[in-house]
Amino acid sequence: MTSPTAVRGRPQPGDPLDPDAAISIRGLVKRYGDFTAVDGLDLDIHRGEIFALLGPNGAGKTTTVEICEGYRGRDGGEVRVLGADPADGTRRWKAQLGIVLQSGGGDSQLSVRELVRAQASYYPRPRDPDEVLELVGLTEKAGVRAKALSGGQRRRLDVALGIVGGPTLLFLDEPTTGFDPEARRQFWSLIRSLRDLGTTMLLTTHYLDEAEALADRVGVIARGRLAEVAVPSALGGRETAPAVVTWTEGGTRRTEATATPTAFVRGLAERFPGEVPDLVVARPTLEDVYLRMIGEGERAGTAATAGGEVTR
Amino acid sequence: MTTTRPAREAGSGHEPALPSIASVYRSRAVVELKEFFRQRESVVFTLLLPVLLLTVFGAVLDFDLGEGVSFTQYFMAGIIAAGILGASLQNMAISIATERSDGTLKHLAGTPMPRSAFFVGKVVQVLAVTVAIIVVLLLIGVVFYGIDLPSGSDWLVFAWVSALGAAACTLLGIALSSLAKNGRSASATVTPFALVLQFISGVFFQFSEIPTWMQTVAAVFPLKWMAQGLRSVFLPDALAADEPAGTWELGRVALVLAVWCVVGLLLCVKTFRWQDRGQ
Repeated sequence: MTSPTAVRGRPQPGDPLDPDAAISIRGLVKRYGDFTAVDGLDLDIHRGEIFALLGPNGAGKTTTVEICEGYRGRDGGEVRVLGADPADGTRRWKAQLGIVLQSGGGDSQLSVRELVRAQASYYPRPRDPDEVLELVGLTEKAGVRAKALSGGQRRRLDVALGIVGGPTLLFLDEPTTGFDPEARRQFWSLIRSLRDLGTTMLLTTHYLDEAEALADRVGVIARGRLAEVAVPSALGGRETAPAVVTWTEGGTRRTEATATPTAFVRGLAERFPGEVPDLVVARPTLEDVYLRMIGEGERAGTAATAGGEVTR
Repeated sequence: MTTTRPAREAGSGHEPALPSIASVYRSRAVVELKEFFRQRESVVFTLLLPVLLLTVFGAVLDFDLGEGVSFTQYFMAGIIAAGILGASLQNMAISIATERSDGTLKHLAGTPMPRSAFFVGKVVQVLAVTVAIIVVLLLIGVVFYGIDLPSGSDWLVFAWVSALGAAACTLLGIALSSLAKNGRSASATVTPFALVLQFISGVFFQFSEIPTWMQTVAAVFPLKWMAQGLRSVFLPDALAADEPAGTWELGRVALVLAVWCVVGLLLCVKTFRWQDRGQ
């Protein structure tokens, strides 16, 4: 049922919790009334890695993340975050976390610098607030009230508040939603510099290019289960999938899927005196495999529901 | 391979000490004071509205109540009680509902801030606003309307009625914040509620002139008792005869406000949420 790439580095149901992992989850279940949001999820996130959780709305991303952050309880399974059960959530445990929520903060009357300083005052060993503002590119806005910031600036402030405590583990729930492309690139370089400082990160995102650019590993969640965990380039068997060669011949567009694109293109080159017209060699994009995967997840889920009703 | 190893303790060994509770309390108090006094709407609504009402009522309704006491002297007690209600109940219900719906509370709950620090910050804010309102109202009353300041042990009654009333209304306001969907809906329900209470509790009119059934309704809530306690401070004892019981009933004032403190605290503990209900 699971492809070989999915097995790599991925715990199976019934495996013991990994005590060395930053986050270790086994058989996680969360229900809201009749709706099962998370349905037996197993996952280990290693220390020092950036892990991206992908999935459509309602797939269980935020529920999973918020259980790890200690915001929500669970209906089944085991979770350890930095060695502790998030349901116990002590102050000392929270001091090691940084949380950037999906919703972000409110309209504060405090200035950017005042907010970051106040946040720093809750932590045992905070980063220097001015350095953090420099890192997120808000130095020029340090004296501006938070409510006067633009959407992208507010999001960077959320990140500043998330990292000023000097977290070992940083949660980023859809951090770049609403960013323009340039702001996203700047944000990515910020995340990379945090990784270089050794921060483990759990990122949820809708943007596949973001996951591909930042994440060491990607997990695709569909209908409350992990459909696959892999390095971005290998997701869905992408690295070994047949390449698609497209060109124009005799006035029509021709397409060929091949496992040996180099040999195929060499053959093409011999048929044409000069350039092969409109030649394109492509592997499935992350988006292609992602859409296929969540599509399969939906179908599998529907089948499972139907089966359940039959046995009842 | 990993099963035999003992689970790593969260933050074993070299963890630095958490910041002291006192330092976090101080930090939250500063945040709450800045949040209040920098927001124009809250300052205008909570601080300036009672001032405006005192100015208008003092100028328009300056009739004699007997015993040489002007209505402004009577209104002084009522408007201070209403000011305390605004600084505590209305302020808490609206600001906390807003902070809950915009994610501020959820954000705080995810930090190592001790949760008590949030409430300490709010209490400091209510205290500061309450003191500011009382000082400003007394100043205006004395300077422009010739209000007689309390004397001797009346100050003590002034202090405990204000403190106990503010405590009861703060707790009630925090509890009410959990009923509202967001800040705007909290404002839309709490503001009319407070206004009606002010009309039936002897703030704008003499309590003795209000229909009995309205007096009975008002007697359920703290505002009537705060205003009555403060009247004992600002009015000569001869006017106690106009009160429903013919006395100031300070014992009952203390009792009702204390009961509201307990009820408010229980409601807070039962209903307080750090996140929106929908989440």
